[in-house]
Amino acid sequence: MTVVDPLRLCGQALLLALFLAFVGYFSDAPVYQHLEEDEAVVKISVRHSGALVGECHQRSAEELAQLQPTMRNQISCPRERSPLQLQLSLNGESLVDVELQARGLHRDGIATFYRRMVVPSGEVAVDVRLNDDQRQEGFPYRLQRKIVLQPQRVAVITFDGDRGEFDIQ
Amino acid sequence: MIRALARTARAGLAPLEHLFTRLYGTAGNPFHQLGALSYLLFWIVTVTGVYLFIFFDTSLGGAYLSVEYLTTTQWYLGGVMRSLHRYGSDAMAVTVTLHLVREFTLGRYRGGRTFSWVSGVPLLWLLFASAIGGFWLVWDELAQYVAIVTTEWLDWLPNFSEPMAGNFLTNAVLSDRFFSLLVFLHIAIPLFLLVGMFIHIKRLKEARTKPERSLQWLVIGGLVVLSLIKPVVSMGPADLANGLAELRLDWFYLNVYPLIDRWGPGPVWGLLVGFSTLLVLLPWLSPVARASKQVAIVNPPNCNGCSWCYQDCPYEAIQMVPHVDKSGRRMAQVDPDLCTGCGICSGSCPSATPFRHVDELVSGIDLPGFSIDHLKGEVESALDRLQCGAGQGVLVFGCKYANDVTRLDIPGVEGLTLPCIAQLPPSFMDYLARKDCVSGIFITGCSPDDCYARLGSRWVDERMHKERMPYLRPSPTTEKITSWWAGAGERRALREKVAAFASAPPTPGGEGDDRG
Repeated sequence: MTVVDPLRLCGQALLLALFLAFVGYFSDAPVYQHLEEDEAVVKISVRHSGALVGECHQRSAEELAQLQPTMRNQISCPRERSPLQLQLSLNGESLVDVELQARGLHRDGIATFYRRMVVPSGEVAVDVRLNDDQRQEGFPYRLQRKIVLQPQRVAVITFDGDRGEFDIQ
Repeated sequence: MIRALARTARAGLAPLEHLFTRLYGTAGNPFHQLGALSYLLFWIVTVTGVYLFIFFDTSLGGAYLSVEYLTTTQWYLGGVMRSLHRYGSDAMAVTVTLHLVREFTLGRYRGGRTFSWVSGVPLLWLLFASAIGGFWLVWDELAQYVAIVTTEWLDWLPNFSEPMAGNFLTNAVLSDRFFSLLVFLHIAIPLFLLVGMFIHIKRLKEARTKPERSLQWLVIGGLVVLSLIKPVVSMGPADLANGLAELRLDWFYLNVYPLIDRWGPGPVWGLLVGFSTLLVLLPWLSPVARASKQVAIVNPPNCNGCSWCYQDCPYEAIQMVPHVDKSGRRMAQVDPDLCTGCGICSGSCPSATPFRHVDELVSGIDLPGFSIDHLKGEVESALDRLQCGAGQGVLVFGCKYANDVTRLDIPGVEGLTLPCIAQLPPSFMDYLARKDCVSGIFITGCSPDDCYARLGSRWVDERMHKERMPYLRPSPTTEKITSWWAGAGERRALREKVAAFASAPPTPGGEGDDRG
């Protein structure tokens, strides 16, 4: 018959309890402080097609003759789209200043941008601007507004390409 | 540097292992079955996951509520299942990590073990992907954080056409289809993990996937108790307008998330991919791997095609192929990439017998660095040292990965160390037992649950008990032979055992101590 050593049993129970305590504790502790009390989150997301680079032109008879019959379109337009110039500043401090290339092998897709930033909460002056045509100077799309960033809340800045406007939620 | 790192880690881990051996015994020591424990935990998580899936609502509004129903209303079963699901996963992260560290510290990542080592690295990624996908499904604040940071982390890679994180801008953007996709991923990725776990042990003979029974129930019972004492609960429901101030992270799986917050996605990709690459390359970076490796060689004239070595090789490094000299017969062939040089094959070869009258003992399969002929010479020297003719003594055979039997320092005891104890053919035991000057033969080596060559101690046990060929031929003198397995750290106990055996060796016809 096997003799049970009580001390050994206690040791086994103790080691098991320590292992379970380790698993139980680190499964949700210690608490991770993701945002401080005086911080807020600003997200900016842009999804927009830049203007076509170059102008469409009428094909000449010679040009048409060189094409397959099924491809003889009178008007030829370039596929490449202009990169976007996007800038965001809060209270005059620049947070985003990027040039966004159009996606695709021929740079004919949309350009996208997303960023999440942790900033101090409180009233801020938002200045966000976008240029979608590299041939022009300045920023045709722009929003300047004072908003209050609530502590530990999220403000989302998006661009609506159809309406050509920025929006802050 | 790799060796120093392994030695340092071993120095930290060994005392803990020895403590567990003392309290749980070698058979019940969880450190000896970390891989098997990981399998058990995987099945616990799978079974509980199936139960949770029955009640889970795969809709945006319903996901959180269905998990809350399980946690609070159905706490006695659904809540326990949820907690077991979570704690089982967490425990698996611990056992898998310890498994990796332990194998590294013991140098078990080279030679024949390279395949298992390398195939284990993608399993780490699959394990984490499986677990992280599970956090999303609850759709509480933690899920929201994990979803946002994970997608931002993935968006850093150049192959995604549009930022996935853009799907988590506002509550209005999300759809029910999103949860259907997540459920699919949370089932599909663990299935890949299971396939990977199968591949991971594919090249190991008789790989252990079940822990010892009492340990099994101890783990299951312990996790149930933990689930009742500290049930897993959700954080508040996800709200994408909430910036998420405090988070109760699961540190077993989400430990890199704060790093992504601080460093950004790129450096964390670099850290994880770099670490994984290092793990994959480790078998080739190790200094021992670069040194000349011992590989068993086949001597066709002495190989009769019995296939015992083929059956005994723990790494399936031996194949049976048509014999080069004997038509219609087979012979062994060794794959040098898989051979670890343990020598078990030469111990199983029927031609490796000292009863043969030859000038040089050549067996059908042999280890060049420690041949059977060399073993015979070592044995003869040991007999000389015992001063056969002048008295009697005890011979102790051990393996180089357990306790050093050459330094037992007991009068009348001679120790011999082999690469693996299963390299000692039973015919040698028989041969020595017939010597009058040998009063006893003590066989020792790694614990069968933690054998360096995986199956060496077990094969010796089975050969001694006529359960495996070549078995120990029964005779009155073989009662002089005993075996006792002692894990690392049991040196003192081994010495006491050997001393007791030497002071009162069994007499033929009496009873021997035989702890398998």
